[in-house]
Amino acid sequence: MANYVVDRDGIKRYLVTITVNGNKYTKMIKANSLLANFLREDLDLTGTKKACEQGDCGACTVLLNGKPVNSCMVLTVCVDGQEVQTVEGLESNGKLDILQEKFIEHSAPQCGFCAPGILMSAKGLLADNPHPTEKEVREAIAGNLCRCTGYVHYVEAILDAADSK
Amino acid sequence: MYLPDFEYFSPDSVEEACQLLSKYGSKAKAIAGGTDVLVKMKSDLLAPEVLIGLGQLSPLKKIEYVPGKGVVIGSGVTHNEVRDSKVIQEKYMSVSQAAHHMANNQVRNRGTIGGNISNAVPSADMPPILISLGATATIVGTKGERTLPLEDVFAGPNVTVLEQDEIITEFVIPDGNFTGSTYMKFGLRASGALAVVGVAAAVQVEDGVIKDARIVLGAVSPTPVRAKKAESFLKDKQASEELFAEAGVIASGECKPISDIRASAEYRKDMVRVFTKRALDAAVNKGHV
Repeated sequence: MANYVVDRDGIKRYLVTITVNGNKYTKMIKANSLLANFLREDLDLTGTKKACEQGDCGACTVLLNGKPVNSCMVLTVCVDGQEVQTVEGLESNGKLDILQEKFIEHSAPQCGFCAPGILMSAKGLLADNPHPTEKEVREAIAGNLCRCTGYVHYVEAILDAADSK
Repeated sequence: MYLPDFEYFSPDSVEEACQLLSKYGSKAKAIAGGTDVLVKMKSDLLAPEVLIGLGQLSPLKKIEYVPGKGVVIGSGVTHNEVRDSKVIQEKYMSVSQAAHHMANNQVRNRGTIGGNISNAVPSADMPPILISLGATATIVGTKGERTLPLEDVFAGPNVTVLEQDEIITEFVIPDGNFTGSTYMKFGLRASGALAVVGVAAAVQVEDGVIKDARIVLGAVSPTPVRAKKAESFLKDKQASEELFAEAGVIASGECKPISDIRASAEYRKDMVRVFTKRALDAAVNKGHV
């Protein structure tokens, strides 16, 4: 259980240490902090988007211990001591992830709002299954809604990224 | 969106969780993956002052086969862990496949079997297949432990027979003589859709004769229900497509669906007929449970 202090309003503030994109962050949070809000507001990692707030749209998808989850439905206090990867963590040393490169090459994002979530779903897929079938790609991003309905290019880009590995 | 303030506890044992639930009574709510509880809190359907986290309780995380007992699935196991479990795939591929039908990948990585069942949504995907295979639920509270057939856990839409201080700790699928089983879901899209109709069938077939059959209907009554008339109709009869079709007609008379945004009651009844026939056909002919 995370340690806590009680603030002057009588509300408990918990001390959590969470590894995000390889960096350890230690912060005081309230029990009602949602991981998506923690990332965006406490860590200024606004690549993670929010929309439906109920697990339908996938805009807030991040990897929690390597698995895609909706960060708007995760309590930050439950993630103490665990590992999170967000879209900001995809590039390394100024070089984009192969998925990001293929998204650009295929002009997959249109308005771009769903792209961070789809990138993280795809990242989770390729980590478990480096050479997915088209059906597996479609299933992996079925929890990500694209309001521009640009799914075909996303599927092609993810398959292309898998082939290029 | 933000959640209102609440106090959070993460107990170290099931006993401590039950004591906390007992202490805080109706102010408290148990939370595992959070994919139901947090959404309900966001829409003001729930306003607990205290949340009791179960996610860190490792005794609830097991999946194992215990000879003489059966396949034991801890309530804190996620849907994707059920789907990917070698133990479950080897013993009950149909259970692994049913877990894959639930919501979408992100929700399956977080939402637990125990949470899904404790929420008692009539359209839930796991209850029909587990009930068809005769699964039981182990329930622990401050006064001790009890075991119920899973079908008796549900009391109505979103209501179970669990007392305020009780949680489900595990589900057990006992060793049985079933030769085939399946869960068929009909939703309005392949992913992220609640079942309009969900039908599970488990059968024991010997030399083409149905010795035993269990049919469980989801999303078409206040709780998952067994189509008992259709089950006894099938007993000791030669398996055939005509027989499955007749059983489908009987089963469609055994549900009490509602009309809602997804489908009318009349349509659901007719889909019970169709999906019972298809589920029986699959359970009999695929040759494994």
